[in-house]
Amino acid sequence: MSSSSEVDTGMVLALADDALVASHRLSEWIARAPSIEEDVALANIALDLLGQARLLYALIGDEDELAYRRPAGAFRNAVMLERPNGDFGATIARLLLLAAHQHALYSSLAAADGDLGAIAAKAVKEVSYHRDHARAWTVRLGDGTEESHRRMQDGLDAEWAVWGELAPTQEAVDWATAVITQATLRVPGPVLAVERQEHTADLDELLSTMREVTAVHPGATW
Amino acid sequence: MSTFEALIAAQDRVEPRDEMPGDYRATLVRQIAQHAHSEIIGMQPEGDWITRAPSLRRKAILLAKVQDEAGHGLYLYAAAETLGVDRDDLLEALHTGRQKYSSIFNYPSLTWADVAAIGWLVDGAAIVNQVPLGRCSYGPYARAMVRICKEESFHQRQGFESLLTMSRGTPAQHAMAQDAVDRWWWPSLMMFGPPDAESPHSARSTAWGIKRFSNDTLRQRFVDLAVPQAEALGLTLPDPDLRWDEERGSWDFGTIDFTELREVVSGNGPCNEVRIGRRVAAHEDGAWVREAAAAYAAKQGTRGAA
Ligand SMILES: [Fe+2]
Ligand SMILES: [Fe+2]
Repeated sequence: MSSSSEVDTGMVLALADDALVASHRLSEWIARAPSIEEDVALANIALDLLGQARLLYALIGDEDELAYRRPAGAFRNAVMLERPNGDFGATIARLLLLAAHQHALYSSLAAADGDLGAIAAKAVKEVSYHRDHARAWTVRLGDGTEESHRRMQDGLDAEWAVWGELAPTQEAVDWATAVITQATLRVPGPVLAVERQEHTADLDELLSTMREVTAVHPGATW
Repeated sequence: MSTFEALIAAQDRVEPRDEMPGDYRATLVRQIAQHAHSEIIGMQPEGDWITRAPSLRRKAILLAKVQDEAGHGLYLYAAAETLGVDRDDLLEALHTGRQKYSSIFNYPSLTWADVAAIGWLVDGAAIVNQVPLGRCSYGPYARAMVRICKEESFHQRQGFESLLTMSRGTPAQHAMAQDAVDRWWWPSLMMFGPPDAESPHSARSTAWGIKRFSNDTLRQRFVDLAVPQAEALGLTLPDPDLRWDEERGSWDFGTIDFTELREVVSGNGPCNEVRIGRRVAAHEDGAWVREAAAAYAAKQGTRGAA
């Protein structure tokens, strides 16, 4: 594990890009969520993820340079996080799997010395809340109505199929499996670890939205 | 003298369990619901800019702000519910147009500078309107207002600071900031409502301790605060008649086009349909989620009882 003096830039970028891209998609829900409480909750989670991305970027460079002026091809986020949201069930499924993965990863990183360890220790607390939130909704939707059960299962099937790209630990897989079972849903199958995939046009679309203002004001500060 | 009259006369707080006249209750329900709806609809014009914020710091500030507004909506619906109404019914009244929200949110947010101008002017006007409500006669509303006003002052300062950065930035940024102020100034003045002479419910609300100052008094207070701030920003306010009146110790300002306000209130503003349409769509799209939550809770209840 890296120490404060020797940060694994590639790993930090991947963590930060995952957080930034996931935050962006969650923030698209604001003023569109199923209830006002959920507007608050999703905004809160998006804000936590954005905060994590900012701290991680600051370890390796300038946050705005990295977020706003890096080519899409240099982003290290998992493709599953750049895809459009789909319905609330799909969003919850994605959040469940992301939070399970991040929780395991940040927990192990929190043991490290230095800045990364401190960032991870703070992130673990935030991600525990994200995990709880996603678990509560997975169970409610899975064990709610016929329609919600179907939608939650569809969302889960779609997100689970690409989860391997985040390389979740066994601990994360076990945790998610237990939640899915509690929710009376079907566990889609084994998680196949795969390399991070080539980005899609979805990331181009996401970044061009993010950069809509900065693109027409080059050199400006905000 | 009834307990209610005694409380009002003593400038004490009326609490949910106290007896109160039906008209007092109805007036409060209408006002608090309209206020709650404004917080919720108000998430839209700025929320649309979260994904496009030009720096991660500004993005975080805006996300937190819009989250605060949703929270304000929740406190206010809870305050309204202490009067015996139900949030679902109030939302229904919003969706069907039976209850209103602040007309300010029926103007479009066209550029990033609008986010800053809204923070400075719209949150700024809201504070001037709402600080006195922190002392209004109905306890739950007054307490909600105290809490909300603290957050609104953050929003106002953040908007000012963002606008200042743009005003002192590139010529294109400065022009964008000026354009936003030009468009939001007059609608912000209209947030204080019709002139006192045409304000139908004012006298009664004043007698009941709901309203502490008249529309025109609050409007003047806002202008007096905003003029020096605009100067500090290096931006001009779009009113050639702004003039310091030595005698009054206040700024004179031009005539407000209340015909426009009436048009916007009656549903003909630039964004009325978009705002309500988006709100109704979110509610309808989320119906299956709320049904699932209710079904799950009911099952848990049965399991718990078994
Ligand atoms: Fe607010
Ligand atoms: Fe505000």
